[in-house]
Amino acid sequence: MSLKRPAKEQPESFEFNSSSLETANKIITKYPKGKQQSAVMALLYIAQRQNNNWIPLAAMKYIAKILDMPYIKVYEVATFYSMYNLSPVGKYFVQVCTTTPCMIRGANKLVEACKEKISENESELSPDKSCSWMEVECLGACVNAPMMQINDEYYEDLNKEKTLEILDKILKGDTPKAGSYRGRVNNEPENNRKTLMEFKNA
Amino acid sequence: MLKDKDRIFQNLYNDLGSDIISAQKRGDWVNTKEIISKGRDWIINEVKESQLRGRGGAGFPTGLKWSFAPKEVGSRPHYLVINADESEPGTCKDRDILRFEPHKLIEGCLIASFAVQAHVCYIYIRGEYFVDGQKLQAAIDEAYEKKLIGKNASGTGWDLDIFIHYGAGAYICGEETALLESIEGNKGQPRLKPPFPALVGLYGCPTIINNVETIAVVPTIIRRGGKWFASLGREKNTGTKIFCISGNVNSPCNVEEEMNIPLKELIEVHAGGVVGGWDNLQAVIPGGSSMPLIPKEKCETLTMDFDSLVAEKSGLGTAGVVVINKDQDIIKCMARIARFYKHESCGQCTPCREGSGWMWRMLERMAKGEASKDEIEMLGDVTKQIEGHTICAFGEGSSWPVQGLLRHFKDEIKKRNKFDPIVKENKNIPYLVDQHLLDKNA
Repeated sequence: MSLKRPAKEQPESFEFNSSSLETANKIITKYPKGKQQSAVMALLYIAQRQNNNWIPLAAMKYIAKILDMPYIKVYEVATFYSMYNLSPVGKYFVQVCTTTPCMIRGANKLVEACKEKISENESELSPDKSCSWMEVECLGACVNAPMMQINDEYYEDLNKEKTLEILDKILKGDTPKAGSYRGRVNNEPENNRKTLMEFKNA
Repeated sequence: MLKDKDRIFQNLYNDLGSDIISAQKRGDWVNTKEIISKGRDWIINEVKESQLRGRGGAGFPTGLKWSFAPKEVGSRPHYLVINADESEPGTCKDRDILRFEPHKLIEGCLIASFAVQAHVCYIYIRGEYFVDGQKLQAAIDEAYEKKLIGKNASGTGWDLDIFIHYGAGAYICGEETALLESIEGNKGQPRLKPPFPALVGLYGCPTIINNVETIAVVPTIIRRGGKWFASLGREKNTGTKIFCISGNVNSPCNVEEEMNIPLKELIEVHAGGVVGGWDNLQAVIPGGSSMPLIPKEKCETLTMDFDSLVAEKSGLGTAGVVVINKDQDIIKCMARIARFYKHESCGQCTPCREGSGWMWRMLERMAKGEASKDEIEMLGDVTKQIEGHTICAFGEGSSWPVQGLLRHFKDEIKKRNKFDPIVKENKNIPYLVDQHLLDKNA
C-alpha cells in the first residue's frame, strides 16, 4: 500500500466553476438514479484539473455535498487511488515508470535526469514551483520502454538526453510533443516489421 | 507465421486510421443487424464453438461466462462491464485496441450486451490512458451519431448506452469485483466470491465483465464463424492473441499471432532477437509480471498458450512477454516486481498487505547480498503464506513471481547470500521477535 498525506496548507473553500459544474452534472447522468456516488472519481478529476493539478480537502467536502455522500467516503477514495494529488505538484507533473520492463531498459537514467533538472527528491516542487516528478508503477506502455508521463501525455522510447531535452522544454513552459522519441510509429517493431505489410505506408 | 488475412486487428499499427469510415472499410459494423437477428442463443453458441478464452489473464471460457447471466431479466437490469484497466507490467495490448481499433470494441459491446441482455455498458479505463480514452470516446460519439448504438442500435431494436469510467491508478481495480466497487464510487477492494458478479454484480445486479481484447475479437468470430477461430491454435487454446514483447529485445513490439506459437519465434522473428544474441538470454516472464519466470533452457521449445504454460508451472496471463538477458540482475528484477505488488496491494487482507512488503524487503536484501542463508527458505515460506489466503488472486499474483525465482534461480541467490544466521548464539532473548533467525545448532 502506498501512503498519501494531504498538504499542510489548504485553501479555505472550493467550488466548481461553471464549466466544471456543467461537466460534473453531465457525468452524474451516466449512472442510474440514486447511484450518483459512482461519479465521485470523475468529480475528483474535475476538481484536480480546475485546481492546478491537486485536490484540496475543501474540494472533497464540496464533492461530498454535491453527491450527497459522507465526506469520509470521498476522502477514502481520494487517498486510495494514486492519481489524485493531495498536495501541489506544479503545472507539469512528471511521472517516470520504473517497473521491471522499463527498469531493464534504463529507466534509472530518466530518474537521474529528473533529479538533475527538477529536484533532488521525488514529489518535491522545482525551485520555480512549476513542476515536480515522481517514480510510478507500470504505466502500460512496456513496449515503448523506458517512458514517462507528463500530465496526460505519454513520452516514449526515451533515453537520458531526450529526457533532458523534454524537461528543459517544460521548465521553459512549453509543452513538448508526445509519443515516441525514436521516431517509431506506434507499437510496430522498429525496422523489423513482418506483419500486415500491405498496409504499411498505404 | 499467421497469415495476414487471419489477423483480426488489421489496424494494430494504425496504418489505416481508426475513424468509423476506415473501420467500416475493414469490415466493422457491416451486417451487425443480421448478426443480432440470429438471436441470443446462436451468438452464445458461436462463441462457445470458437472456444474463445478470456484475454484478461485468467483464461475463462467466454461463451460459458455469458451463459451464466440469468435467462430472463427480472426486476434488476443486467450490465456489461468492459475491463480496460490494463496495468499488468509487461502488458500494453488493450491500449492499442482503444486507440486504433475502437470500433471493434464498440461493436463487440453491442453484440455482447445483446447476448447477456444488458442495456448499459460501462468501459472501465485506467486513468493513465486518458488520451486513449478520449479517442475511444470520439469513436463512441461517432457510433451514436450514426445510430449504431443508442436507442434502437443499428436498427436491431436493442437499446444500448456505452459509458466510459476512468480509474485512477489502482492496479487492483483490474480484479473484477474491485472494478465494480470502483465504479460504485468506493475504494477498489475486491469482494468475496460467491456471489459471483454474473448474479450479484454492479449495484447488486447481474453483471458480465470481460476484457477489452475478448470483446473486440467477438464481432470477427461471429462473422467468420466460431469454426474458423477454433481452427487456429490448438484444442482449448484457440484463435489469435496480441503478444506484447518488451524488455531486452532489439525491437520490442505488439504483434498479433496464433496461439501456441513457439516463444522463440516470437522473440527471434517479430521482436528482432534478444539483445546480445539468443545465448545472452537469461529468463523470460511469459505472461505479465504475475506469472513465474521461465529460464532460458525451457525457452527453446516453449509454445505460448494457456495449457502449455501451465504445464511449465507458469501461465499465459495477459501474454505480456518480458525478456530479461544476462546483462540484468535477475534478483533485482524480481525485487522490483515485488515492490510493484507491495505498492499496489489494496490492504484488505493481512497476508497480502504485510507479506508483499516482506517479500520486497527480503528480495532487496538478497539482491545486495545482505541476506542470511536461512532467509531463502523463509522467503519461500512467506510466499506460501500469502498464496491462497487472500480474497482475490492478487495474493497469487504477488507470490508466484517470487516462487518462480526461487524455483529456477535458487543457486544464484545462495551464491550471493552466504551469511550465517544473524544471531549466532541461542541465548535466551525473550524480546527478540525474529526467533527463527537464531542458529539452531549453536
